[in-house]
Amino acid sequence: MSNMEKNKFPLINRKNVIMLFLLVAVYGIVQFLQANGTLSRFYLLTLILACIYIILAVSQNLITGFTGQLAIGHAGFMAIGAYMSAMVVVKMNGHVVAGLIFGALMAALAGILIGIPTLRLRGDYLAIATLGLGEIVRIFFLNWDYLGGATGFQVPKSMNWTWAFWLMVLSVVVIKNFINSSHGRACISIRENEIAAEAMGINTTKYKVIAFALGAMFAGLAGGIYANFMFFIQPGTFSFLKSFEILVMVVLGGLGSITGSIIGAVIMTVVSAVLADVPELRMVIIAVLLIIIMIFRPNGILGTKEFNLNFLNPQKKGEENGTT
Amino acid sequence: MALLKVENLSKSFSGLKAVSNVDLEIKEGELVGLIGPNGAGKTTVFNLLTGVYEPTEGTIIFKGQKINGLAPYKISHRGIARTFQNIRLFGDLSVIDNVKIAYHQHVSYNILSGILRLPKFFRGEEEIYQKAYNLLKIFDLHEKKDELAKNLPYGQQRRLEIARALATKPSLLLLDEPAAGMNPQETQNLMDLIRWIRKEFDLTILLIEHDMSLVMGICERIYVLDYGMIIAHGTPDEIKSNPRVIEAYLGEEAG
Repeated sequence: MSNMEKNKFPLINRKNVIMLFLLVAVYGIVQFLQANGTLSRFYLLTLILACIYIILAVSQNLITGFTGQLAIGHAGFMAIGAYMSAMVVVKMNGHVVAGLIFGALMAALAGILIGIPTLRLRGDYLAIATLGLGEIVRIFFLNWDYLGGATGFQVPKSMNWTWAFWLMVLSVVVIKNFINSSHGRACISIRENEIAAEAMGINTTKYKVIAFALGAMFAGLAGGIYANFMFFIQPGTFSFLKSFEILVMVVLGGLGSITGSIIGAVIMTVVSAVLADVPELRMVIIAVLLIIIMIFRPNGILGTKEFNLNFLNPQKKGEENGTT
Repeated sequence: MALLKVENLSKSFSGLKAVSNVDLEIKEGELVGLIGPNGAGKTTVFNLLTGVYEPTEGTIIFKGQKINGLAPYKISHRGIARTFQNIRLFGDLSVIDNVKIAYHQHVSYNILSGILRLPKFFRGEEEIYQKAYNLLKIFDLHEKKDELAKNLPYGQQRRLEIARALATKPSLLLLDEPAAGMNPQETQNLMDLIRWIRKEFDLTILLIEHDMSLVMGICERIYVLDYGMIIAHGTPDEIKSNPRVIEAYLGEEAG
């Protein structure tokens, strides 16, 4: 504890510097391979989708794994982010950054509006309510002809590897920092024991809504990246199957583990890409994979543990204060 | 002045009156016991005081203000903390995180400075850490600060619950059977601890207990609850010789 006081710049430590170096290395290698043409379009697509799914999985984990609220409407927030950002870009000729921000904020707003009434529900009831609301969002866009309706909506492609990668890093860092703060601990205490959390002075409704809104915001951001990368969006993409896919990534990696969600998202994206040629076997193989994981690692690949670089900062043993 | 004044408190669960017309008055600095046979409604009284249940009738006045109907977290902010009969720790979190969470209402930085890792965040976290660590030291749990709460032995879990309750900086502490499941030696240590924290933290304490030696040993006044009603109150000696209390505990005298 005493060594913490002496550190004037707590963010600059060996762990964070090496983490940054690793991130830049991953980014640079992909960027280099892409520039000299070694990396095929298909691989690039997979990598960018992986970034989008990481944002979705980590933000779902904030709601389900950390705050303990089983909400299955993430595709709905993704749809709001996708359509709202596309609207700003296409219909209002706005800059793509404005579109992403607007999409994320609208998703967060939807998260608050949906969260206040539904978060009073517990367990399965919350799951059913959010599942239904996610579908309502999809059907809303299906019937809104201004944004293409059922025929879909074309959006110019402005997202690339650089955007997707660094926005993913930003999202993960924000969520990680939130969780490792007093406010994040308040959210985790709700998962652990709601009655005790209230008795200790935690406004549980407030923190559930905050976690829900933050999760929805990043789902909206992921949706915005998706829309501005894929040329074309249609309501069918954001069905409840998408919500389940995201939930599966979180459960696969481990509820309550950010690095677990990242691993889960990457595995699922890669498996989906590898099996793209055999679409009829895809769902079967994914199901078998899940069953195997659930038999051998019932709490997911990482459980609630984090894979981290703490061993690089030995003097801070036992004290979790790091950022990525 | 009375710190806590409860008047005519009643709670019905769809027709079943769990607590009826309870009057309590606790002065600042007192250590008061609430006893009664199983099912008498003691824990229901605690749940009413802490806002888990809303009273059907009656008023609860704390520090001169009416608090019935407030949400539990608001009552905690007013200065009432409690422990639970069936331990409710944050089991999958470390011992120190359990205490840190209870400090949340006094945290000095907001969400944004937490996310942006502003200097305020590091100062605030350092402060919370020090306070939580010092509190754990008082309860002799500091060497186990990084262990998961659910892995602590039973007696230490009970102590951690008290430590966590104290972290909210209460003026009234409600202890729900703190000695349940402890052996006589542990009970003795707990009694010393309760006396000590009461002085050290300037607390008023209301405790529910089955262990008569503990109640009679440390409480200045005792209320006896039976079938949801207060049947007696007074000093330990008065309670010991009260015929209604003996009847409630041991049954009516034969013949």
